Amino acid sequence: MKKLISGWSLIKSYTLLVYIWMFAPIVAVVLLSFNPQQFGSFPMKGFSFRWYGELLHNPSILGAFKNSLILGSLTAILATSIAVPAALAFVRYEFRGKDFLNTLLIAPIMIPEVVLGVALLLFLRWLQQPKSFMLLLLGHIVLTLPYVMLVVQARMVGIKKEYEEAALSLGASPFQTFRSVTFPLLSPAIFAGMLFSFTISFDDVTATLFWATASQQTVPVKIFGMLRNSISPEINALGTIMIILTISLPLTAGYFIRKFARES
Amino acid sequence: MTKEKDPAFVKYRRIVKRFGNVIAVDDVDIDIPEGSLVSLLGPSGCGKTTLLRMLAGLETPTEGDIFINGKRINDVPIHKRNLGMIFQNYALFPHKTIFDNVAFGLKYRGVSKEEMQERVYKALELVRLPGVENRKPSQLSGGQQQRIALARAIVIEPDVLLMDEPLSALDENLREAMRRELNNLQQEIGVTTIFVTHDQREALSMSDKVIVLKDGIKQQEGTPAEVYNHSANHFVADFLGHPNFLPVIVGEEQDDHMVVQLENGKTFLATPSTQFKRGEKAEIVVRAQKLKMAPRAEFHEDEGMNYLFGKVKDRSYMGGEVSYYVELEDMSTLHIISFVRRIPLERNDEVFIKLNPADCRLIKV
Repeated sequence: MKKLISGWSLIKSYTLLVYIWMFAPIVAVVLLSFNPQQFGSFPMKGFSFRWYGELLHNPSILGAFKNSLILGSLTAILATSIAVPAALAFVRYEFRGKDFLNTLLIAPIMIPEVVLGVALLLFLRWLQQPKSFMLLLLGHIVLTLPYVMLVVQARMVGIKKEYEEAALSLGASPFQTFRSVTFPLLSPAIFAGMLFSFTISFDDVTATLFWATASQQTVPVKIFGMLRNSISPEINALGTIMIILTISLPLTAGYFIRKFARES
Repeated sequence: MTKEKDPAFVKYRRIVKRFGNVIAVDDVDIDIPEGSLVSLLGPSGCGKTTLLRMLAGLETPTEGDIFINGKRINDVPIHKRNLGMIFQNYALFPHKTIFDNVAFGLKYRGVSKEEMQERVYKALELVRLPGVENRKPSQLSGGQQQRIALARAIVIEPDVLLMDEPLSALDENLREAMRRELNNLQQEIGVTTIFVTHDQREALSMSDKVIVLKDGIKQQEGTPAEVYNHSANHFVADFLGHPNFLPVIVGEEQDDHMVVQLENGKTFLATPSTQFKRGEKAEIVVRAQKLKMAPRAEFHEDEGMNYLFGKVKDRSYMGGEVSYYVELEDMSTLHIISFVRRIPLERNDEVFIKLNPADCRLIKV
């Protein structure tokens, strides 16, 4: 007996539909960003970089981009500088309340961003401080630290203690051991962690909406604001750039993680 | 004041190490003469690695003192102790070349570039691996990596060489070859060496002195022949391989020997390891290789020998020798290892077993 439609082909077409449903809007944004007309509709009438050009001449968007880049980079550097010694302590040393502290550092992953956003604002109010770039930066460090911690800690567990013990026994001081053995072995994870935290910071809307001031807007918050007035095709172009950045950075990070996993 | 030279280059004095409530090492004294190779032998958890790590400075003793060359080193940090350490998994730095790995210790000793090169190449030659200096550790086999680890440890001319199960990650054939190579090299450079292992063959074949440990307590200390042939107690006899134990009741002394009574009522002559009282419960230990066995039909009694009778239950051929399990008349089993006979014994053959009183050691239970 021959079945016309097998269960397997049903699953395949269902899967295809799910993917289309997920990715069609994104593809539409990317395609429409190359549409020269003001009001985008399919089929497209031509192909141009007009909206990318307009982006380049929009100072408020360029400003937001600059904010995002500075914020993302500083977040990446600071979150990683906190995560590395913390991971070292958690993995290599025994101390009281270790599990509790570790959970505390990872906790922001589980707390809704809205709660986090409001909480930090209330805290600032209690300190009687105005909103500032500092607040934004602190907030983003809190947001991204768990991810960096997880990546760096996972790698740290993978670096055998014997490497450090061998270095010490050969006459390297604890600091020299860190510099010449632990750090180089950890560096792919440090790099990956920085890329992760940059991406998360660059991409965040929910919490940033609470923290950003009018002059300190990031790109996603800017897009959110633009959408409230009108749907400009510039947004499509900006969205495309965001998509490329936020996809390629984690991929790069993932590449480095796999690379060092193979090497050791 | 004349200072007499202490024969012990490395000294552990009344060392105790506790991890929380667990006692890893319990009141251990060890003396290690200069230039000798001493094994710490025991099952996992016996404290042997902890003893080594305390000498290395990777653990601190809870009580007691450790001396190297007369100097107390308890409070000297690990990187100032000048020791060469070799790990079970080699622990070569994966991100550095072989040259940089071997040169690592020299960097912290203010050695000039030329001298560093010279010493690294000499060390590579000593471990018979010249020409690999530009490779990465992952490009070498396990045995080669272990030799590089050895080169890295000896290039700094350490006071003591510490080896933590250095051969256990290698496969059987390679292990035998590396064991001899390690031994030769140690003899050649004459460095005082402490070797931690759970493999009694390694310990017996390599060491000048073996220290057997169990549950953090030193069981016996002596040359390989001493600990093997004159095991101090049941544990040591059992751990060093192929023992047979016969429970006995102590009788009286007779010349150098002791008359004892087996459970089946037979009297045996045994060599006492220490003082025994008449009527005391004790144990005879005899190695499987020391038992002579022949078909029962050939039985004849020699003066002053011990005899047992039984039936072959099981035998396994091991190349040059055969391992037999013989069931005695009282249903207990003896393990016998003997050379292959021209007419091999088969299962269910009736046999007699001859035991020389000199090989029957009487130990406390």
